[in-house]
Amino acid sequence: MTNDKIPPSDQDPKVTQPGDGGIPNELPHHRKLIDKHAILERNATLLLVASFLVVTIGGIVEIAPLFWLENTIEEVEGVRPYSPLELAGRDVYLREGCYVCHSQMIRPMRDEVERYGHYSLAAESMYDHPFQWGSKRTGPDLARVGGRYSDEWHVDHFTDPQSVVPESVMPKYDYLARTRIDGTHIDETLATHRLVGVPYTDEMIAEARADFRVQVDPFGDTDGLLERYPGAQVRNFDGTDDLTEMDALIAYLQMLGTLVDFSTFTADASR
Amino acid sequence: MSERRIDPVTGTETTGHQWDGIEELNNPLPRWWLWTFYATVAFSLVYVVLYPAIPLLRTATGGVLGWSTRGDVAQKIAAANAGQAEMRELLVSTDLAMLDRDDALSSFASNAGAAVFRTNCSQCHGSGAAGAVGYPNLLDDVWLWGGTIDDIAYTVRHGIRNEDDPDARWSEMPAFGQILEDEEIATLVAHVQSLPGGQDPLAGPGGELFDMNCSACHGTDATGDRTIGAPNLTDAIWLYDNSTERLTDLISNGPFGVMPAWGMRLSEAEVRAVAAYVHGLGGGEAPEAPAPDAGDMPE
Repeated sequence: MTNDKIPPSDQDPKVTQPGDGGIPNELPHHRKLIDKHAILERNATLLLVASFLVVTIGGIVEIAPLFWLENTIEEVEGVRPYSPLELAGRDVYLREGCYVCHSQMIRPMRDEVERYGHYSLAAESMYDHPFQWGSKRTGPDLARVGGRYSDEWHVDHFTDPQSVVPESVMPKYDYLARTRIDGTHIDETLATHRLVGVPYTDEMIAEARADFRVQVDPFGDTDGLLERYPGAQVRNFDGTDDLTEMDALIAYLQMLGTLVDFSTFTADASR
Repeated sequence: MSERRIDPVTGTETTGHQWDGIEELNNPLPRWWLWTFYATVAFSLVYVVLYPAIPLLRTATGGVLGWSTRGDVAQKIAAANAGQAEMRELLVSTDLAMLDRDDALSSFASNAGAAVFRTNCSQCHGSGAAGAVGYPNLLDDVWLWGGTIDDIAYTVRHGIRNEDDPDARWSEMPAFGQILEDEEIATLVAHVQSLPGGQDPLAGPGGELFDMNCSACHGTDATGDRTIGAPNLTDAIWLYDNSTERLTDLISNGPFGVMPAWGMRLSEAEVRAVAAYVHGLGGGEAPEAPAPDAGDMPE
């Protein structure tokens, strides 16, 4: 393939040959192990296997410790699985893409802690599948929005955000108050979450539909609900007679970040 | 194929690869690049020793500095608080009614209160405190529950009609839709709409209904009652608005405005600061009598 008017370089007297010294290059010429990369580069299957090997090592170092490190798996008193109504509200939250503009992760920085409250703990999203930490804040962080505003404010705000916050760019979600839900399949939603690790008991799943409805009925028998989901808030969230998606979403928002009592819990500063 | 040689023109060794007679010079890496690279390697080694870095089985290497994100934020907040500690303590121990006698403290309180307001209050009352439909305007001199600085502090601390604080201000207007006929409500709506124009609250058929149903709370002169948060109906200031639809809805279903108990979220100094800020917005009222001593109960 070479031009025959040019002599082969090893026969060219003007060409210094490898290994005969005097080459002004910092690299030695015969490095046995390093030179073996040609074996990988010429064998696609071997290259693939070796690539997986490298990625696996990276994964073991970076991902696997999260399953054992104490600060990522610490359990914090008060954190419980979502009640059926809250879980339905969370599904509305996901469906409407709230996470696109709102994060649920208060980072341990002074400005965030002073604005939003105590920084988020890993345990507080342990029953989130998938978690809603997010990375974009067009709107404010919602990790501790629970109890911060009244239900009426939420209804006004969802119906027409600019009526209460004129500078807001949030779209209207007024149809949530007109969309009734009856929780027909909520037990299956709970069962699905149990499949991925949320400790819903058989009793919780059996009572899911009843719990779903009773959480918006301040005059109903809520003993079972409150025993299964301590601290669940029971009231007519959207102020209308119907059980709507607005009820579910507000029930979800009003419990966000309220489960851990930070007057008694002190986060381990070393973590 | 793989023959390294010295390129006669540049005097540099080639990589030995040849493609149709085209060869590649094996130039060394630029020295500045190489040294920067070595420096980052050295930096990472120092970093790994000083800061938390390598995950182990149950924990991670802590680093000899003992630095942690959580410890860092706690320390920064403590440092910021320490800088204000003196003023905060003074604010908490000062009788709010006497606040305006200390210029420095008063200035501290209203500035701190403005920050608290922007973070916690502006979503309902507006970033300029002008309120919204259903959320009172805090700039005017009309107050539902009282406009002295102590009244405002009490409202901020305990909130209104919330179930979290047993001391929350509480009243509940009945849903007259279950008590009165539709025509009676329509008459009442028209009557209430005419009150700011100087209409006698007890005149005519509307006045009769007003006397029987409304005057117990709003007063026979319709000027309201601050002890139960009943608004004055004779001024032209409406918490909601005075449209026929809105008033019909309010009288039929009963308004039930809720305010959270901020004393459960904010520190005492922050509650007092935001009360001072709101009091200073324009409509704040002077204490009814020279306050004998500090107390958070409203007059």
